[in-house]
Amino acid sequence: MSVRWEELAPGSEPIPLMLGPLTRTDFVRYQGASGDMQPIHHDEPFARAAGYQAPLAVGMYHAGVLNTWATNWLGPENVRRTRVRWKAQAWPGDVLECGGTIARKYEENGERRVDLELVCRRRGDGQTVIEGWMTFVVPA
Amino acid sequence: MIDKSALGAVGAPFELDVERGKVHEFARATASSHPAHFTGDHPVIPPTFLTTTFFWEQLVADSNPWHRVKMSPERGMHAEQEYVFHGPPPRAGTRLTCQSRIAEIYDKQGRRGGTLTFVVMVTEFRDASGKLVAEARMTGVETAQAPTESS
Repeated sequence: MSVRWEELAPGSEPIPLMLGPLTRTDFVRYQGASGDMQPIHHDEPFARAAGYQAPLAVGMYHAGVLNTWATNWLGPENVRRTRVRWKAQAWPGDVLECGGTIARKYEENGERRVDLELVCRRRGDGQTVIEGWMTFVVPA
Repeated sequence: MIDKSALGAVGAPFELDVERGKVHEFARATASSHPAHFTGDHPVIPPTFLTTTFFWEQLVADSNPWHRVKMSPERGMHAEQEYVFHGPPPRAGTRLTCQSRIAEIYDKQGRRGGTLTFVVMVTEFRDASGKLVAEARMTGVETAQAPTESS
């Protein structure tokens, strides 16, 4: 399942990972794993009192899944940098498409590296929910 | 209202043990079934795993200088998050020493008027030999009005 350097090129990316429809259970599982117990992501009365019609998705949850799309392809041990920027909220019932493209392929300090641009989009309205950037080394 | 005097605040150091079961749990919660997270005694962490500092910082008083920023809970949001690894990401069985500091506070003019205040907290993660193995940059933003759904 290792990736060959020669075959890495724009267009060779795997298809996006489809996440969802998002459930409150997904948020609770993530919150338990991460330790972020912010109630707005699972407590319905709390979320309503804050002016939302439902608990909002944990941004770090779908950011983590966006990273999973990339590590499934290039290997978790090869990650050297990941950055995400949230652009919009996501909600229970949303289906999110997590994918990306190769932005740059290069050698640095004797290592082969690839930079990715990632995007997490809501199916339906096409709203960009997260933009992301990752760097991987590609072992020989 | 953000307290700009929090700039430069440094938290007390705290430890984070990278645990095998926690790596499994976190990988599963982020929809990963990659064998590198589930095989052997020392599986590698998922890229955003170091957010689990939540569990460890609370064991040490004054470890999280973010509280000094006093960001409004109604108008504050997590804007960006970054992790940099200076080599392969840590594996289960590693004890990391972590320390956070408020590295930047700056204002920007919002597109729809009003001032946005950004705050960046950097956390450094060092192994037993003191080597810097990872850094986290968390950027929060406080808006002039309560955030509304953009869609």
